[in-house]
Amino acid sequence: MNKLFKQIAGVAFASTLGFGFAQQAKAVEVQEVVSDGGIRAWLIEDHMNPLMTMDIAFTGAGAATDPDGKLGLANMVSGLIDEGAGAMDSQTFRGEMENRSIGLSFDAGRDDFAGSLTTLTRERDTAIDLLRLALSEPRFDDEAVERIRAQVVSGLKRAETDPRDIASRTFFTSIFGDHPYSRPVSGTFDTVAGLNANDFRGFVGRAFAKDNLIIGVAGDITAEELGPLLDEAFGSLPDHADLPTIPDVTPKFGALDVVQQDIPQSQAIWGQKGIKRHDPDFYAAYVMNYILGGGGFSSRLTEEVREKRGLAYGVYSYLANLDHADLMMGGVATRNDAIGQSLSLISTEWSKMKKDGITQEELDNAKAYLTGAFPLRFTSLGNLSGMLVGMQKEDLGMDFLDRRNDMVNAVSLDDVNRVATNLMDPANVTVTVVGKPEGDLAF
Amino acid sequence: MTIPETFRSKTRSFLPAILLAALTLALAPGLSRAAVFSPQTATLDNGIQVVLVENHRAPVVTHMVWYKVGSADEPQGVSGIAHFLEHLMFKGTDNMAPGDFSKIVARNGGNDNAFTSWDYTGYFQNIARDRLDLVMEMEADRMTNLKLSDDVVLPERDVIIEERRSRLDTSPGALLGEQMRASLYMAHPYGRSIIGWLNEMETLSTEDALDFYHDWYAPNNAILVVAGDITMDELLPMAEKYYGVIPRGKDMTRNRVQEPVQHAPRKVTMRDPQVGQASWSRYYLAPSYNTDAADAAPLDVLSEIIGSGTTSRFFRALVVDQEIASSVGTFYDPVAVDLASFGVYAVPRGDVDLADLEKAVEAEIAKVVADGVTQDELDRAKQKLLDSAVFARDSLSAGARVLGQSLAVGLTVDQVESWPDRISAVTVDQVNDAAKRVFDAKKSVTGWLMPPEGGPVTGAGAALPITSGEGVH
Repeated sequence: MNKLFKQIAGVAFASTLGFGFAQQAKAVEVQEVVSDGGIRAWLIEDHMNPLMTMDIAFTGAGAATDPDGKLGLANMVSGLIDEGAGAMDSQTFRGEMENRSIGLSFDAGRDDFAGSLTTLTRERDTAIDLLRLALSEPRFDDEAVERIRAQVVSGLKRAETDPRDIASRTFFTSIFGDHPYSRPVSGTFDTVAGLNANDFRGFVGRAFAKDNLIIGVAGDITAEELGPLLDEAFGSLPDHADLPTIPDVTPKFGALDVVQQDIPQSQAIWGQKGIKRHDPDFYAAYVMNYILGGGGFSSRLTEEVREKRGLAYGVYSYLANLDHADLMMGGVATRNDAIGQSLSLISTEWSKMKKDGITQEELDNAKAYLTGAFPLRFTSLGNLSGMLVGMQKEDLGMDFLDRRNDMVNAVSLDDVNRVATNLMDPANVTVTVVGKPEGDLAF
Repeated sequence: MTIPETFRSKTRSFLPAILLAALTLALAPGLSRAAVFSPQTATLDNGIQVVLVENHRAPVVTHMVWYKVGSADEPQGVSGIAHFLEHLMFKGTDNMAPGDFSKIVARNGGNDNAFTSWDYTGYFQNIARDRLDLVMEMEADRMTNLKLSDDVVLPERDVIIEERRSRLDTSPGALLGEQMRASLYMAHPYGRSIIGWLNEMETLSTEDALDFYHDWYAPNNAILVVAGDITMDELLPMAEKYYGVIPRGKDMTRNRVQEPVQHAPRKVTMRDPQVGQASWSRYYLAPSYNTDAADAAPLDVLSEIIGSGTTSRFFRALVVDQEIASSVGTFYDPVAVDLASFGVYAVPRGDVDLADLEKAVEAEIAKVVADGVTQDELDRAKQKLLDSAVFARDSLSAGARVLGQSLAVGLTVDQVESWPDRISAVTVDQVNDAAKRVFDAKKSVTGWLMPPEGGPVTGAGAALPITSGEGVH
């Protein structure tokens, strides 16, 4: 291509965010920008303030790829690549960030390795250069490595006694068995102690590449301006990542695990099989979950557990989609002598949903909320760029913002009730309780 | 129905952590002449203030009503009643059944919640602009028509007790913070937990809630803040229609015990099996923008210089150079009716003893008091603080929150908007003088959080929870 960049008719996707009742719908244009060097990004221009946010993800480069014996590798790299790169040691690099109000951070999830950049337009060039250096020339100086290691160890110590962390750890070990998803993202005291600069360099060489990179940008930048910056930031990455394939896993459900801890309130989480993001019934399941436990003060679980009986401050359920497993999860915290009652009520709702489904009124209310609240997600740049990454990662299409409410509105009562019958699985739910629960516990 | 420290949002905040801290802890941005939020204001005949921040990015609005009353205004013996009432405001009126408020908001595609602090209580909805009149009508209704009975009040009392267990009683760090505040403020009600002491929460009654409601909830004690896709010409008639018709209440003044002279440093030590990682912190009594505006802006800058971010003076000294801490920082929130606090915290690195860590932190504090800060440090800190104002403008709710909070504690819109000017005007001498005054051990409390003798219970490594809100739905 002769052009500095090409723009694929993204302008056509003027997704209106009005949805029914908002008469003055505003357009959000998603543009695809492909740089001269072939780096692809999705962009929402917004020149309201002199700011820009960029979210990126290296797919398949999360903690699930940590080699045996090197657990916590991706997580530690995420803490180190913005701690000195190129000619700059850590304090010099961090000084460039902080003195110029540039936000740059990285995060290792189970599946992906994510990054986030926020900058004033004034500092855009420096921000992009810092991003490039972090991805291409991280230093891993001894001082920074030992300091970040100490921070990770500090976090491990804290998590060791935190009831919410204990519940989460116990639950994932229980359902995922030997699969990499069962392993701690932050590693263990032993594995973190053993990680060294060679490990970090090896990870960077394998994990950051053009073919597993997703980019979302929002804010005060045009497509013309973004193209060259993409080449600047990512042009020197290798073409192909070299990452192990993580197998799909069918989680094992049905266990009840109790971890004793001397605290006045028991923390419970539970989970069962989920539904794939691309399943044709996904939105039916999404609507069902909203009604059951996703809808805050409007949900059945909140009504039964909190509003009627005062048994908890919060009770919720949600659909969780990992690359290699899909879950439907929930959580509640109740005083020790009544946690059994909370779980029993939740179990009843679980079965009731499977058996009786929902009403037309519940469906209408759920749709009204889910479609009406969608534009509330478009109120800050960080939300926008993050959503652009999610849309690409899940392969939802550039016109997703346009179609999304139609997909919600297309869900019928029959759809939800069919999904409820098939998906809800009260006989195969794994429950983890941390605390000093009294009385019978069952789901 | 949250308390304000945890104004949680499912979606990620745009503001980087440091800037968010600068914003929420250092109060409000503004670029006065450059204008930060450029709010428009009005006051209706019945006394309610109206504030609008226009933002036309999406066809939505944030609608908030702030009452100038919080937990520090509670009568003796009913701690937690301000927060309890906040919960009960969702329990119906003469025109609305219990629990229907949030359901109606949701059925109209909106989110709603509320929060309580020492100085204020706030209620908000985020919703499409063409549903603003609906939520205004409902919010105005519960300003005067709240109806409560034991059958909805008593289960909700159990809910706030569970909330206390979730936020405090299962978290030794939070419990220590509660003990430290009680020690820092010897007489002033800022020493009480917002959520209340458990023994008093257990006795809170319908009558207590209604008494507090009738004492404090009226248009002349309220601020209406709207941010979003609407103009003042559109907003004012609606505000008049729904809020303007409510009769003015009696005059209200906060009547609080003031802090006496303090004569000795205090120390609170907490050992708990649930503590995996020890930590150290210290709170100093400090001026707020209300008690001493001259020192508050310099302290904003001081906090930025010594304790904000990974290139701050304390981080560089204690974490990078001396390798004695794994993290360190400061916090200062001068947006308060009465005396604020200035905090320093540090987490020891490896097996470092808290006593040694404390000595090292105190040495750094002593250096600030003796030698002061440099012009270069001052210039860098100011620039960061001024930049934070630009970031704050990006979010729909940030302007509404900053303005609402500031007005609720008795500051003016001008004070918010001129904050950058005040920051720009701060001198090295002012910072150094303010530092000398605030770092007075006699007005401080130090907290040590430790595992029991013999260490915490050990287990496997940590897993990060899979959280909701990930993915695009």
